[in-house]
Amino acid sequence: MTPRRRRMWTIGLLVCGMAIATALILKAFQQNLMYFYSPGDIAAGKAPSNRDFRIGGMVVKGSVKRDQKTLAVRFTLTDYAHETVVTYDGILPDLFREGQGIVANGRLNPAGLFVASEVLAKHDEKYMPPEIAASLKKKPSNLDNAP
Amino acid sequence: MFKTLHKYASPMHFFALARALTPWLFGISLVLFGVGLVWGLFLAPADYQQGESFRIIYVHVPSAWLSMFAYLVMAGGGALSLVWKIKLGDVIARAAAPLGASFTALALVTGALWGKPMWGTWWVWDARLTSELLLLFLYLGYLALQSAIEDRRAAARAGAVLAVVGIVNIPIIHYSVVWWSTLHQPATITKMGAPTMATSMLIPLLIMAFAFQLFFLALLLVRARCEILEFEQRAQWVKTLLGASDQSRGTR
Repeated sequence: MTPRRRRMWTIGLLVCGMAIATALILKAFQQNLMYFYSPGDIAAGKAPSNRDFRIGGMVVKGSVKRDQKTLAVRFTLTDYAHETVVTYDGILPDLFREGQGIVANGRLNPAGLFVASEVLAKHDEKYMPPEIAASLKKKPSNLDNAP
Repeated sequence: MFKTLHKYASPMHFFALARALTPWLFGISLVLFGVGLVWGLFLAPADYQQGESFRIIYVHVPSAWLSMFAYLVMAGGGALSLVWKIKLGDVIARAAAPLGASFTALALVTGALWGKPMWGTWWVWDARLTSELLLLFLYLGYLALQSAIEDRRAAARAGAVLAVVGIVNIPIIHYSVVWWSTLHQPATITKMGAPTMATSMLIPLLIMAFAFQLFFLALLLVRARCEILEFEQRAQWVKTLLGASDQSRGTR
């Protein structure tokens, strides 16, 4: 084996070893790396019950109910299979709207209601001018029910 | 073909090539910057959800792409020097590091500025944001190694190993939005499938991406030339070159 060959193998093995080690670490911390749980995870009992965690999903259209006097708001989150009802008392981000994705931080109360202490808006990877969005909405679009 | 490659791996020829290319790269990127910025910031339509705020994408996405591309350049240079003992590899790696760090910082800052109005937060510890921050630390680690180790060749060696090993982070950044649930949305432009962006917004984004890319290459070549002069300061061709330019300026 020429010295160059040997160096190539050394570097190659070093990178491979590092990649495998990283993959194992990431695998071990898979749960912690998930930024949020879905309503389906909660239904399956995967979400922690004794501490705060984050839930992510789409705000169900027509589910947002605001209190007339306070900032309290209640809405339903869905992952198109399961639903979770979320309550929150605070200012919602600008992008919060029905049919949009959001991530809320908080915990489940014994009644299965998610009491949020923070709500963040999640936006998708689609960008388009308002006119195109409007014309897409008229047609039976695949935009609204995209995951 | 191999002969020409070998020729330009020699610092002297690379120096001449870099010097010839630099003004072209700067010139074209400047024109593209002008077109892309006006198109992106004024002519492109506002977004249906995010309104005018989405326009920060024209800086955020190109700098995020470059933050990863610059790392590949740095690690590639490191591998050239470690395996093939090509001196130019060290030059390239050292030239790329601070540029990559700058583009990473720019991507993180523009991302935070975008996150506050849209998501409602400057920063979250999701997989995409955290792995991009790790990328910044890899660059800073490389730069710290370069200034901490006195001997230039030892510094280059240590840095090259760090750069090559750290390449593991690049696919993690790229696939973080696929592998884990993140607050950051998935990629808009993918290799497979049509981009999920209206063409009128996409064209200026691509123009900006080219502008950033050429700007990076131009800066890389300028920095590489400085590195070569320092590396090769005892070489005859450098002395001749510097002597000639001194004389032409009449300083002697």
